[in-house]
Amino acid sequence: MPDARGQIRRLPGLRLWLSGGWLLLLVLAAIFAPMISPHDPLEQDLFAARLPPFWEQGADPAYLLGTDSLGRDLLSRMLYGARLALTVALVAGTLTCLVGATLGLIAGYYRGWADLVISRLVDIWMAFPPVLFAILLIAVLGTGLTSIIIAIVVIDWTRFSRVVRAEAMSQGAMDYVASAQVAGRSRLGIALAEILPNVLPTIVALLTLEMGIAVIVEAILSFVNLSISTDQPTWGGMIAEGRTSIYQAWWVLVFPLFALFLTVLSFSQLGEGLKDYFDPVLR
Amino acid sequence: MNAAVSDQIYKVQDLRVSFPDLSKKPLFGAAPRTQVLKGLTFDVAKGDVLGIVGGSGSGKSTLGRAMIRLLDPDSGSIRFEETEIAHLREDDLRPLRKHFQMIFQDPMSSLNPRRQVGGIIAGPLRLQGFDNIKVRVGEALEMVGLPKSFETRYPHELSGGQRQRVGIARAIALKPDFILADEIVSGLDVSSQAQVLNLLEQLVRELGLTLAFVSHDLSVIRRLCSRILVLHHGEIVENAATAELFDNPQAAYTRTLLDAIPLPDPDQVWA
Repeated sequence: MPDARGQIRRLPGLRLWLSGGWLLLLVLAAIFAPMISPHDPLEQDLFAARLPPFWEQGADPAYLLGTDSLGRDLLSRMLYGARLALTVALVAGTLTCLVGATLGLIAGYYRGWADLVISRLVDIWMAFPPVLFAILLIAVLGTGLTSIIIAIVVIDWTRFSRVVRAEAMSQGAMDYVASAQVAGRSRLGIALAEILPNVLPTIVALLTLEMGIAVIVEAILSFVNLSISTDQPTWGGMIAEGRTSIYQAWWVLVFPLFALFLTVLSFSQLGEGLKDYFDPVLR
Repeated sequence: MNAAVSDQIYKVQDLRVSFPDLSKKPLFGAAPRTQVLKGLTFDVAKGDVLGIVGGSGSGKSTLGRAMIRLLDPDSGSIRFEETEIAHLREDDLRPLRKHFQMIFQDPMSSLNPRRQVGGIIAGPLRLQGFDNIKVRVGEALEMVGLPKSFETRYPHELSGGQRQRVGIARAIALKPDFILADEIVSGLDVSSQAQVLNLLEQLVRELGLTLAFVSHDLSVIRRLCSRILVLHHGEIVENAATAELFDNPQAAYTRTLLDAIPLPDPDQVWA
């Protein structure tokens, strides 16, 4: 009884191409920043301060996107800023995912006292205002890349735990779990080989979302000057500096903001696109 | 088979199962328990096809799931072959599991949507340490009448009847001594029901399976089963051979069930 059901294939959609393309561009920019940057991102030139981007009047073609109030090249600073943004996105996002998803899977599948402890912890955690929590943590840990990553993991693991727990609970009630038990699979085996693959599309979608959020959190911390020392360019730091000269030089604020916006959007769209593409169950 | 051992595959004695009634749970402390099975005693002979019938909430599915230890009984004894399994721990139960298998009611939810059919059937074989897995998977598919090309299909690429065949193939691939079939045709349309029932009948004949067939549909049971267990409110009201039960029902509840079977009546007038 062969029929057409086995022949349905799907192509990666437009959003996967667009979001993937922007992120690939960003990765390349981050890796090759020292080679492609037209200037040293820290080099100041007060005679070339607040130059507008190339299409405006009075622009200097050597500074493609203009300069900030200290005469530093915006394009070079953004390229170097991408390094930090991507590092934070990948490392903090992945670690948050690992911690949160593991706890969520334990709570949702094993239930019992483990669920009780983890769920109460999540409830308590979520009651803290996240930005203040982050500032408090950085104040305790000190500034620096590691502190930012730790802060993001400590604050945001609950996002994964809640969703993965709910999903694991609903998957755990399905008959294929009972049938794995009838087949003699152990509890751990069921959690890893039966439930996890079915929760994975949700985890991937959340992970990419979390990467976007990590970039925003880093930008927020840079904005309040709690991220990394000022001699390393970050998008958040650039936005903070641009704010002070918004009426004289709008480009200092707008370009990093736009890069941040595109990056966060791309991460979330990449997640959705991947979920659609890799899910064998047509939803 | 050693005839001296016993010709009973299951000996169930005073089996009791209860569930916590969460709707009556006090703020603190444990929920009160509702008795679902109230002390059942019966045997299943080797080669029997036992029908378990009863209305909704009569405990028929619970009985089935307790027999293959998907549930923990409160008390009582379940002897499978010569082993007492009612209170065995899951770790000790695992090596025995290849002897009693189950076919589930909902073929969609009982097949992992992320596995291909071949992997679904091979999984239990691998876990129970069988050899020649590829060959066994092919045999099982052939026995349920599915082409070998289906090995690379995902469950959502199959029709309801095909899915249920995969469920049956997964169970028989292990060559178990006992299979529990829990309402396996209730989710299918009438023509798939007939096909799956024909298949099951044929497998029972060819493989000499001992089968427990849980259903609320007495006409399906009549066709397939050699003995019938009638459950009502968690108690056995009748346990008899099929012909005997249909010809001469003893319990009042059995008669109600029999009267509820719709019979084709050519003389019926459309009012």
